[in-house]
Amino acid sequence: MSLDRKQIEEIAMLARLSIKAEDIPVHQEELGGILDMVKQMESLDTDPIAPLAHPLEIDARMRVDAITEENHRTKNQKMAPKTEDGYYLVPKVIE
Amino acid sequence: MFSHSLAELSRLLHQGSISSVELTELFLARCQAHNTELNCFITLCPELALEDAKRADNLITNKLHGPLTGIPFAHKDIFCTEGVRTSCGSKMLDNFQPPYDATVVKKLYGSGMVCIGKANMDEFAMGSSTETSFYGATKNPWDLTKVPGGSSGGSASAVAARLIPAATGTDTGGSIRQPAALCGITGLKPTYGIVSRFGMIAFASSLDQGGPMTQTAEDAAMMMNAMAGFDVNDSTSLDREVIDYTANLNDSIDGIRIGLPKQYFSNDVDPGTIEKVRDAIKQFEQAGAKIIEIELPNTALSIPAYYVVAPAEASSNLSRYDGVRFGYRCKKPKDLLDLYCRSRTEGFGNEVKRRIMIGTYVLSAGYYDAYYLKAQKVRRMIRDDFQQAFKDVDVIMGPTTPAPAFGLNELVDDPVRMYLADIFTVSVNLAGLPAISVPAGFSSGLPVGLQIIGDYFSESRLLNLAHRFQLDTDWHKKTPDGYAK
Repeated sequence: MSLDRKQIEEIAMLARLSIKAEDIPVHQEELGGILDMVKQMESLDTDPIAPLAHPLEIDARMRVDAITEENHRTKNQKMAPKTEDGYYLVPKVIE
Repeated sequence: MFSHSLAELSRLLHQGSISSVELTELFLARCQAHNTELNCFITLCPELALEDAKRADNLITNKLHGPLTGIPFAHKDIFCTEGVRTSCGSKMLDNFQPPYDATVVKKLYGSGMVCIGKANMDEFAMGSSTETSFYGATKNPWDLTKVPGGSSGGSASAVAARLIPAATGTDTGGSIRQPAALCGITGLKPTYGIVSRFGMIAFASSLDQGGPMTQTAEDAAMMMNAMAGFDVNDSTSLDREVIDYTANLNDSIDGIRIGLPKQYFSNDVDPGTIEKVRDAIKQFEQAGAKIIEIELPNTALSIPAYYVVAPAEASSNLSRYDGVRFGYRCKKPKDLLDLYCRSRTEGFGNEVKRRIMIGTYVLSAGYYDAYYLKAQKVRRMIRDDFQQAFKDVDVIMGPTTPAPAFGLNELVDDPVRMYLADIFTVSVNLAGLPAISVPAGFSSGLPVGLQIIGDYFSESRLLNLAHRFQLDTDWHKKTPDGYAK
């Protein structure tokens, strides 16, 4: 299975990864190889089978809608790359 | 002293033959002496360890200790440790000092164990060789030209070389059992939901499970007593009765039905590995077990299903690394998109990017049904195969890996061949079952692992069988040349 250049570029953009134009053939080969391996599943008739998302088929537990956490902003922001007045700083979005 | 099991160290510590500070100093010295060649550790924390050891000695003096109090160990660098760098083997988290402890970290600290460092691992646990770590590959102490397996390769290598008596690991597709097998130690992957995932950096959330990596099954049982248990902070944690995993170690195994899947003994498996696994199974037969041939017909499809499900979940989990709140941020981003793209591209290694791209593709519009939904259906078939088998047998046995340790750099450029190293381990994660790998001998001078797979919540039974095997054999006591003194 081969992915064309445009598909590789689209996947990279969706994944928020930048790839160099000269590396696209390598990605095509690697991803293509993995998808070929994955294609083995096609031989199996799975129409009557229900998908299994969680091995034990349990539902996520609900908890009481109550505040259980304290404010850890200062502690958490210690490891942020850039903050100001308790906010995370990113490049300007709107001029 | 350094080659003692946890059970033996526990006795020595608590009868006063050695102090925790002395023991911690001894293991720290071994780690410092051998880490250069093995590269088992990303971070060693001698000051913190000695502080914890003093605390443990106080607990022992005041008779407030438990069985594990004072014993040094290491955490895989995937478990968040407050104030101690938790890198997950990635440049992305090279500067990350978590603001909180993982539940497993809290629990083991509560047991009085002394953490002496953070073990090397494949980046974000994505790999079967510990070669994808940003901090360089870990080596296998049995042969420094071979990989230790992965992703918990630092933990496995360190326990095998007796640099530490035990370590934590995590297992998403075999990451505890495969390195345990390749390094000749014992590794248990519990039933999904038994060990809390809170503070364990997520790779594929429906598959990830933490567990112990030790010399013996008895030690794994002791660790499980401290690690397992319900946690409100993990939405998939199971609220079950607390059990003593050491209680059934010496149960009789007479009449136990052992299933041997035809698919696990094919011609593709290394003959030396098959021979050792068959020898091990004979031991169980002599101890009264019944051997039954079974089928797990969809075994071969577990790799394709896994390499859709795991990357899909990973691509979603790893979207949090955006260079904004924590972790690596690129220099001089020109706009927000550039900040995201370059931080991720520069912060992640090749294997992680490969899996994020695969995951993104299989979840994208137009391909979801063909890949992701299909894989989830195959996942059910694989789980049903196991459930069918467990109607006739109590446990399933086979090799943990199709071959002993492969060479460093041998498979790095061939992801698909690397993925096939997980053929006997990934199906267990897809089904959420427990399984243990125990040392069963050597093939071409390298350790071979016997895998014992059980039905849900059968950890005590697996530990019982593994313990029985270790009473009858001494493979688990072998120490690699160069690390025996």
